[in-house]
Amino acid sequence: MCQVKIILNNYHEEFDRESLTVSELLAVKNFTFKMLVIKINGNLVSKAAYDTTMVHDGDEVHVLHLISGG
Amino acid sequence: MTYEEIRGRLSRKRVGIAGCGGLGSNCAIALARVGMGTLVIVDFDCLSVSNLNRQYYFRDQVGMKKVEALADNILRIDPTIRVEKHPVRITATNFTGLFAGCDVIVEAFDLAEEKEMLITSALTHFPTIPLVVGLGMAGWGNNAAIHCRRLGNIYVCGDETSEISASMPPLAPRVGMVANMQANVVMDILLNSVQL
Repeated sequence: MCQVKIILNNYHEEFDRESLTVSELLAVKNFTFKMLVIKINGNLVSKAAYDTTMVHDGDEVHVLHLISGG
Repeated sequence: MTYEEIRGRLSRKRVGIAGCGGLGSNCAIALARVGMGTLVIVDFDCLSVSNLNRQYYFRDQVGMKKVEALADNILRIDPTIRVEKHPVRITATNFTGLFAGCDVIVEAFDLAEEKEMLITSALTHFPTIPLVVGLGMAGWGNNAAIHCRRLGNIYVCGDETSEISASMPPLAPRVGMVANMQANVVMDILLNSVQL
């Protein structure tokens, strides 16, 4: 079984599967907020591309939950 | 670094502040007090009485454009600060024109949808300019939950948990904490000593 090892929000994470889309990552991590900003290796991932963008072994992923207040 | 050296360095810097509500007004005032060279302040809104529970304005300014009132307050503290005021709504289209040339941009919006628009625009058009975001400061108490962390060129200040609601309003102490934390991160970035 292959593993995808990434850095998610500055922490190491491992997933026991061969590949992972951004949508699958959000589901596995139970990130259910509607307002999100996601960067992979410094590049913004658009909402429309969550289903088609793959998270690769070694990627650095940042997920930011946006909440109201200010 | 001496106080004079700090002020000397900051006097050559330009900081953009997106939104002049609770976060933006308090952050701008803190940056003015340390002698920031130029503050670009942007907000379409006018001051209402309900804003006075957390925003850096005064009762006799109610009804004024927030950028006009904030510029007045900044210049009352330090008339040497250059203030560029824009009484417009920030959109994905006008964002780049408003904030081009800023050394740091402070995200100081209220609504999650607007924060998303601003962060997305900043990452798309200015991927190397540091962006200091305020995230989660509703209610009161729980000092220890408020923190700072860095995600590439994005710096997040707040508890990242508390969302405003009828029973969790934004109030002066916690909003001021996050706003001043944002100003503190701006200083950290501009004085080249970021360690988050």
